[in-house]
This record gives sequence, C-alpha cells and structure tokens, in this order.
Amino acid sequence: MYLFIASEIMLFGSFFTAYFFVRIVNGTPWPTPPFHLPVFVATINTFILMTSSATMHWATVSIKRGNVWGMRAGLLLTFVMGLAFLTSQLYEYMRAGFNTSDGAFPTIFFCLTGLHGCHVFVGLTILAFMTIRAWRGHFSAEHHHGVEIGGIYWHFVDVMWIVVFTTVYIL
Amino acid sequence: MRNPLRSEGEAYRLLWIVVGGAVVIIVAAFINTWLGVAVAVIAFAALGWWLMKEPVPGAAEPPPVVTSGTPAGTHRVLVVAPPGTETVSVPDGAEVLVVVPALSSTTEALTGAVDDRRHDAEATAAALESRLHGARVEVGADDPALAVEDALRVFGADEVLVVGDDGMLESIRERVALPVSRA
Repeated sequence: MYLFIASEIMLFGSFFTAYFFVRIVNGTPWPTPPFHLPVFVATINTFILMTSSATMHWATVSIKRGNVWGMRAGLLLTFVMGLAFLTSQLYEYMRAGFNTSDGAFPTIFFCLTGLHGCHVFVGLTILAFMTIRAWRGHFSAEHHHGVEIGGIYWHFVDVMWIVVFTTVYIL
Repeated sequence: MRNPLRSEGEAYRLLWIVVGGAVVIIVAAFINTWLGVAVAVIAFAALGWWLMKEPVPGAAEPPPVVTSGTPAGTHRVLVVAPPGTETVSVPDGAEVLVVVPALSSTTEALTGAVDDRRHDAEATAAALESRLHGARVEVGADDPALAVEDALRVFGADEVLVVGDDGMLESIRERVALPVSRA
C-alpha cells in the first residue's frame, strides 16, 4: 500500500510540478485568455464525486452489518455517479473550446484532469466488478475484502480530485 | 506512522480532512494570495504531523517472550543457521530442528522481492538436511527472531544455538526466554 501511495504521489507530483512551473515560474495567466475554465460544471462534478464517496462508505458500512441490499444499492449508486462524473468530464472536454495544441495552459489542464479521469475509469471498472459480485452474493458481513479495497481506491481518487479541482479550477 | 488508506473508513475520513483543508486554503487565498500560501504550508505540515503522530500498532507493547514446552526426558535444540551455512554441530542425543531464516535486505522485504532469498535459504536447508541425519531442517521468516518464535510454537526447545553474527544472537536473546548461545 505504501508503494502504491508513493507511486501515485510521484505520478501526480510530476504533473503538478509541470502545473506549478507553468503557472508560477513561467507566469502564464490561468486560464490563458481568451479561454475559460468550466468552473460551474466542475463544481457540480465535485459534488457528484463527494456524494459517490458517501454512497461508497454506505455500501461498506452496510455489508459490515450484514445488510446486503444496502451494499448493493450503495455500490450501484456509486457506479452511476462515477459514470456521470466521467461522462460530464468528457462533455466538458468537447465544449472546452481549446485543445492541447493551444499552449501550455490547455496541455496542463488536459493532462491533470485526464490523469484523474483515467483513475476514475479504473475505479469504475473496479466498481463494475464489485457490483456484479455483490449481486451474485459474493460478499457477506464476514467476507467483504473486495468492497473494502475498492472503497479505499475510490476515496483515494476523490481525494486527488479535490486537489486537482482546488488547484486547477479554483485557485 | 498512520496509513491513511489502511481501511475504507480511514480513507473516507482522509477525504473529508482534505476537503476541509482545501476549503480553508481557498478562503485564505481569496483574502490574500500569500495568506493562502501560508495556510497551505500550515495545512500540509498539519497533515504530515497527523500522519506521523500515530505510533506503529503494538510498537509500544513489550515483545512477547516465548518459553519452552519440552516434554520431560527429551532435550530439544533449535538451531538458527543463516543461508550459506555449510554445517552445524549439535549436541549428541538431542532432538534437533534447524531453521534457516530467509534473510533479506530492507528494500527486498519492503518490496516483497524475497523469492531469490527464499531460494537461497531452501538450498541451504536442503544441503543441511542431507548432512545432518535425524535433524529436521526448515526455512523460516526473513527476521531471525521471528523465525525462532515461529519454530518454538511447534517445537518446544530447551536451548537455541545460533550460527550467525552478534546482532542476530542479541536480537534472538531479546525475544526468547531460553538459553541462547553460539553454535
């Protein structure tokens, strides 16, 4: 787990290093005119993702108490909200009005949010397997390691989104 | 050190701690950029302190001391032989168990890349078993003291003989309430 955390810190750290270099050392305006960041959509997405973490936690707590249907509902809601986040982000990309060839700002923007999007995609894949397994009755109050591990990953992805959202969209 | 991703519950708590920290930084940055920077530095320092303040579970507790469970009339000797040991001398008439700890470096232990070290230990164990007639030889954990503890749970020994350096001898002495001497 420590190696996973270290590798993720280094991976995101390299992209954030590029971000801080472009924005602070290079002094590039953020966002570079005439472009605008879709802050409103990103804020809605943030609430969706935070809510999905709450439903993920609900799923884990439910199965620990032996509430199988609570776990199933929690996992399904988490998956739906994760999918909504990813779909919304792709839609946001298409309507952004800039692409990676438009300079350092769009490149860093797509790299950071895209890297996080890749993590969400992996999380959704894990969630899909977890949800299928939940419906097949693979988890119980005694055996729910798969839900626990998937939950840890999902919360980690959400933590990274808070960092990305704060630095890229808000500050 | 606290592992914030040790369990789902702790990861969920970390998320809300990060959300709270982000809100404080954003508010401070909107008041003044440098205030935001200062708050961010303090927030990261506080996060680091929070992560470091929790001791390793069980680290403060005294290590368990394992005692012998030898049946009357038998003399059992547990021998610790590191990989590469060619032969060991044991008391005559004793029941002997030789443990070969799969010694590994800190990096190998952390990364779990201990297969090669385990193969070395298995090769030494096979060689010793062919030379020591009547003795059982097993491969143990990468920590010699832990290997001895594991062995004593299934082999109640009267004494422990160590083929190894002083550090290994002392680490076993600290953890085992049996006579420990050099083989």
